[in-house]
Amino acid sequence: MGRTIVPIGPYHPLQEEPEFFSLTVEGERVVDIDVRIGYNHRGIEKLSERKNFDQSTFVIERICGICSTSHPFAYTRAVEDIFPMDVPERAKYIRTIIAEGERIHSHLLWLGLAGHFLGYNTVYMWVWKLREEILDAMEILSGNRNNYAMFKPGGVRRDIKESDIPDVLRKVESIVGTLEMLRDAIMDDPVIHARTKGVGVLTKEKSIEFSALGPTSRASGVARDVRKDSPYAVYDRLDWDMIVTQNGDVFDKVVVRVLEMLESVKIIRACLLNLPGGEIDAKIKNVPPGEGVGHIEAPRGETFHYVRSDGTNRPVRHKVRAPTFMNLPTYKATVVGETISDATIILAAIDPCYCCTERMAVRDVDGARLYDGQDLIRLSQLKTERLRKELGFGS
Amino acid sequence: MSMKLKALLKSPWVFHLSTGSCNNCDIEVLDCLTPRFDIERFGMLLAGSIKHADVLLVTGSCNRMSVERMKRMYEQVPRPCLVVAIGECALSRGMFIHSYNCPVPLDQIIPVDVYIPGCPPKPEAIIAGVVKLIEKVGSKT
Amino acid sequence: MTREEVLKDIRSKFEGEILDFCDKSPHRVYMEIRPEAIVPMASHLFLDLGARFNIASGMDMMDRIEILYHHTLEDLNLMISLRVRLDRDNPEIDSMGAKLEAYNWIEREIAEILGVRFRGHPDMRHLLLADNWPDGVYPLRQDYEEWDPSAIRDRGV
Repeated sequence: MGRTIVPIGPYHPLQEEPEFFSLTVEGERVVDIDVRIGYNHRGIEKLSERKNFDQSTFVIERICGICSTSHPFAYTRAVEDIFPMDVPERAKYIRTIIAEGERIHSHLLWLGLAGHFLGYNTVYMWVWKLREEILDAMEILSGNRNNYAMFKPGGVRRDIKESDIPDVLRKVESIVGTLEMLRDAIMDDPVIHARTKGVGVLTKEKSIEFSALGPTSRASGVARDVRKDSPYAVYDRLDWDMIVTQNGDVFDKVVVRVLEMLESVKIIRACLLNLPGGEIDAKIKNVPPGEGVGHIEAPRGETFHYVRSDGTNRPVRHKVRAPTFMNLPTYKATVVGETISDATIILAAIDPCYCCTERMAVRDVDGARLYDGQDLIRLSQLKTERLRKELGFGS
Repeated sequence: MSMKLKALLKSPWVFHLSTGSCNNCDIEVLDCLTPRFDIERFGMLLAGSIKHADVLLVTGSCNRMSVERMKRMYEQVPRPCLVVAIGECALSRGMFIHSYNCPVPLDQIIPVDVYIPGCPPKPEAIIAGVVKLIEKVGSKT
Repeated sequence: MTREEVLKDIRSKFEGEILDFCDKSPHRVYMEIRPEAIVPMASHLFLDLGARFNIASGMDMMDRIEILYHHTLEDLNLMISLRVRLDRDNPEIDSMGAKLEAYNWIEREIAEILGVRFRGHPDMRHLLLADNWPDGVYPLRQDYEEWDPSAIRDRGV
């Protein structure tokens, strides 16, 4: 059977790192995959070296719009690691609240898009409506829907007003009902099972070899979560569970993320109700020479920052490693051997920044056929439709 | 007003192009489609293919790799075509102005009709911007 | 294994390779090692001790190039960073990416932004920079200068 090369990308409206995939397919089966990134490289590591320690937080917040808090969080921890110091209690609680709120809205965003790829547009619209509640809560807390600018080395920039807490709590808790309904729907729906179970499996061994992170590794049975392994902020004092599933397929990745959101709601509630009083900023005067490492659990996995100081007011080196950098190469293990209509959801399953797959173009080597991204999503949606009929759900 | 432009303004189909942004503007553009903001009530629809688009929504700071793709995509849009720059990066590259990988601002590469500032602009701002674009083009021709 | 046992194990196995040992805090250990020892030491950490590879961070120190390979032992909450010093004019080191998939991409990144040669790396294409980026220009070197005459660096106001 002849081989066909399927170029995907590089442009996708929703993702933080536009990537270019080239899939080699034989008939329907994917036999090889290659990834080219760099469409989003803006030299932030170099820019950060031109800024002082306080200004750097604003630059690195713009690495990614969805996990915009995870980078300042890891960076401030790296700066605080240069000369081991502790931030005030109240700041720790506020940091935890912001980080968890971000985890919920990031996972919701992903769930909506996963629904879209599978042909469940109702899920897409509902979930994104749900996400607005979280964004509202974040707007009350920080003053902006994204890019919260809450973090600074030594503490946080902005306090939470006592009078805002009931509003925030109400908004965050308002999503629980719908979320539980969605969870039950996903667990019960035979069509979703047929589409996602056993598809794009990342085995435990492969997950360890690739050093996969976050939900991608937890779905493969690797209990890896920086919040538990290396507790920071107030995670070790709160009651919450790490979600680990065993199969490593797309279904397990969905389940891990949905259950994690419910845990995050629990964490936010506990933090808001137990918010201690006091200072929010340790007021760092200057950063001594040295080096520090900060890592935190972002929605997609561990975000890692390395900062080196030479005693001036600027970092001499600031290394940023986002979780997708480690998760992306796992495509080599998950996509190969699957069909092209499943490739859409597998590529989206690690949450690479969402809709990586929205603008694919399929081209036969002889140029006989031409598909674009819409066609590929349609291919995926048609498969769901066919399965629905086969399983007796009507259309 | 030409027939084509009149039809365009009635129901502009937008295509969204990210040229090395942080994804925030992109998410807000997509947010416009969802129930809270529902941009489709103005007849706007996010087109999946550049060949169907009337309006280009460009975000991001034009890095070296994406800028080549953007030029090629701009050539493929059916004319008339309007360009909207969304977010600080697309306006002036914002804090990425000294980045080694973002050499030239967007409006030096392709002509821009409307600028929507913000980091990121709220969905309300994006809707208002596109509506202003429709008014501007409608009154001029 | 406890923290002490792990550190003792590494120190006894690689006695002559460790040039400097810095026990910075309960969760951070920095070791400076000979560049030749990176493959056996990182493999030992990754495969035998079950450490997770966080990332490698390269930096230009003007008189040398340093690469730190960060590994985390999750059970112990211990991060072990292996530091190698390379000659700035001709930086070269053995590739870990040839052996373990996790090290592959970061070596490609360090090669293009700092100009380090990784001996034996299977796939040395550009990762982040454009394909038409000039050879021999490494943006994260301290002495990097603008090379593109068409770049516009003012806001036009």
